[in-house]
Amino acid sequence: MVSICFYFQVHQPLRLRKYSVFEIGRHSNYFDEHKNEAIIKKVARKCYLPANKIILDLISNTDGKFKAAYSMTGIVLEQLEKYMPEVIDSFKQLVGTGCVEILDETYHHTLSYLYSKDEFKEQVELHNKKIRQLFNYSPKIFRNTELVYNNEIAAFAEKMGYKGILAEGADHILQWRSPNFVYMPKGLKGIRLLLKNYRLSDDIAFRFSEKSWKEFPLTAPKYAQWINKINGNGNVVNLFMDYETFGEHQWEDKGIFEFLRHLPHEILKHKDNDFATPSEAIKRYDAVAELDFPHYVSWADIERDLSAWLGNKMQQEAIKEIYLLEPHVRLSNNPALIDEWRKLQTSDHFYYMCTKWFNDGDVHKYFNPYDSPYEAFIAYMNILNDFRIKSNKLSEIKIVG
Amino acid sequence: MKVLMFGWEFPPLSSGGLGTACYGLTKSLSKKGVEITFVLPYSFDTGNADFVRLISAGNIKIKRIASALQPYMSSQEYKKSLGKKTSPKIYGSTLFDEVYRYTLAAEKIAEEEEFDVIHCHDWMTFGAGIRAKRKKNKPLVLHVHATELDRTGGHQVNQYVYDLERHGMHKADKVIAVSNFTKNKIMAHYAVASEKISVVHNAVDFSHHYYDEDFEIKKTDKVVLFLGRVTLQKGPDYFVHAAKKVLEHEKNVKFIIAGSGDMEPSVIEKAAELGIADKVLFAGFLNEDDVERAYKMADVYVMPSVSEPFGITALEAMKSKTPIIVSKQSGVSEVIRHCLKVDFWDINEISSKIISLLRYKPLHETLKDNAYLEVKKFSWDNPAEKCIEVYNELISKG
Repeated sequence: MVSICFYFQVHQPLRLRKYSVFEIGRHSNYFDEHKNEAIIKKVARKCYLPANKIILDLISNTDGKFKAAYSMTGIVLEQLEKYMPEVIDSFKQLVGTGCVEILDETYHHTLSYLYSKDEFKEQVELHNKKIRQLFNYSPKIFRNTELVYNNEIAAFAEKMGYKGILAEGADHILQWRSPNFVYMPKGLKGIRLLLKNYRLSDDIAFRFSEKSWKEFPLTAPKYAQWINKINGNGNVVNLFMDYETFGEHQWEDKGIFEFLRHLPHEILKHKDNDFATPSEAIKRYDAVAELDFPHYVSWADIERDLSAWLGNKMQQEAIKEIYLLEPHVRLSNNPALIDEWRKLQTSDHFYYMCTKWFNDGDVHKYFNPYDSPYEAFIAYMNILNDFRIKSNKLSEIKIVG
Repeated sequence: MKVLMFGWEFPPLSSGGLGTACYGLTKSLSKKGVEITFVLPYSFDTGNADFVRLISAGNIKIKRIASALQPYMSSQEYKKSLGKKTSPKIYGSTLFDEVYRYTLAAEKIAEEEEFDVIHCHDWMTFGAGIRAKRKKNKPLVLHVHATELDRTGGHQVNQYVYDLERHGMHKADKVIAVSNFTKNKIMAHYAVASEKISVVHNAVDFSHHYYDEDFEIKKTDKVVLFLGRVTLQKGPDYFVHAAKKVLEHEKNVKFIIAGSGDMEPSVIEKAAELGIADKVLFAGFLNEDDVERAYKMADVYVMPSVSEPFGITALEAMKSKTPIIVSKQSGVSEVIRHCLKVDFWDINEISSKIISLLRYKPLHETLKDNAYLEVKKFSWDNPAEKCIEVYNELISKG
């Protein structure tokens, strides 16, 4: 028996304006409303709406055998509510089938765990509350921003009551082991670990339209064959990817929707295959071993570490500065200020400042609204300096930058 | 392979990128076994013993033509310079007479020399190249480091110079442009077909080493540098306007303008008019060592050129670990990533970026470290190899 466990990440950052140094102290709007609106509408039309429709059809024409999980950031939900409420409705429909699981994460898609446990906990609780409000659903599985994970995070999630947690099936952690089993985080009994099968996931997410790939073109029958091969030496194949893979990163005219429409049927042709949500997978299969993740692992780049967000001095400085404001922002007791501060923590802001890829240009470039990582840093720091002045005005304690 | 090259004197005698490029390219070509007969205008005033010493690698033969020509010279500048010459009798009375006289002398050299291909650098040598081609029926390569449109910013284009450039480009077997920026200009304004133009980006010489020192000025101030001819093409006026804007927000900053040119008086006046005369320092034309010192001293190097075919100074600053802000209207901005790019006219953006570099230390550090790694890729061996490819292609066509 092998269960396919799909989890789709749904996130769109709130992109910042190209805030000028001359605007520091003027407290203009930090966010590029126009661009954010245009992008969320475009992504909704190209991906969320058509993909949700296909998933809904799949659930109904497989009599509920097809299943999937979603993690949606608070940031993307807010934008959808504002600009594309029909997407929220279609997600509600999906949740209503009972075949879709929703995961928890940080509301603002942040790396707060690394800087402030209190703040992290609040953001996860905010997310939980948002999902309950919108979908009348209470998540039981946790996935951290960008799949950032280590032993400690698992322990923290367990303490918060989660039954399962997701991580990257990184080679240097797994070594000879397979990602296709349920594991236990080191030293923990009450929470289970599911690992991304990055080869099979990335075949869809990154390589689907790549003509130089030897498996191009990827068809549903071919992919189902690869899954079938796992039968007998694995329990669960975790296919974790950005939801925007469908229609936004891989385009409709390359056949990605056709692939999605046919894949579940191809997989179900093998009687020992089925689909499971993360909660079902950890209930159905026993953990085969304990896994030790002493260091942080993420799902980004070949390094699978934190270097996409914290690799250079600009990134380190910018993120340090924003978290230094925490006591200060909290003391203000000003909900708008706190909300803004949290939106400035979104990990994408730091990702845009990454220089390690900048020589070759690749996946980072595609997602970057700035011409260069230096421009990203300048805009961010100008905003941060303005925000610091604003917090000083609204708070008792003054912080000198 | 033998190349007859019509080029220019090298630093420290040269006054800009053209001499620097000739030096780097020739040295590297020679290292790769290309035999070069290098023809250059030779001024009685300066002498060029240093030049011969600089270039005395095995494969290079120097042929000198006594001439008052200097690269980038305008008619008026030629007249002015002639007044100072100690033995003016041999020189032509106008710039164009002098170019013609040089062309005839060059033709004679071409008659005496053996070569497989002719390679000329910028318009003053184009006539010589065309005549050499006619005499010996060998392929002609014209290397365009700047066009009349760059030098004048498109205003008051000298018809004689433009015509000579255009005629040369059409007579040539191949045109080398120092950037796509320049290639596009040649296609649009000189009607040369895309296939006839090869882009060969410039590089930077790593042999010169300058030692760190403590600069007195740095005890109190940050330094922002402009380095280049003070002419319309280089945008010194935009630099002064940006300085004004920066100084409204940052007090302890000095702006250094290094270089000379016809806009110097008006730029000095502008600085005074803006009330920042005490903050803008004019260093005049600098020798090679002082150029390096200037880069080292600077916290930011700004190249606000209105139209810059390449811009080797940007690479030089990167080599000196000075973060750079360069105009998007430049060739160098096509090939480097670790810099800040601006439109030359966007005073707001230029000043905003200067302030950011002065204020945000991690930006300054990351940029200069990455730029230093990046600039190492720009060795003169790459353009030399591309030139050899061009030579081979033309020779094989017969």
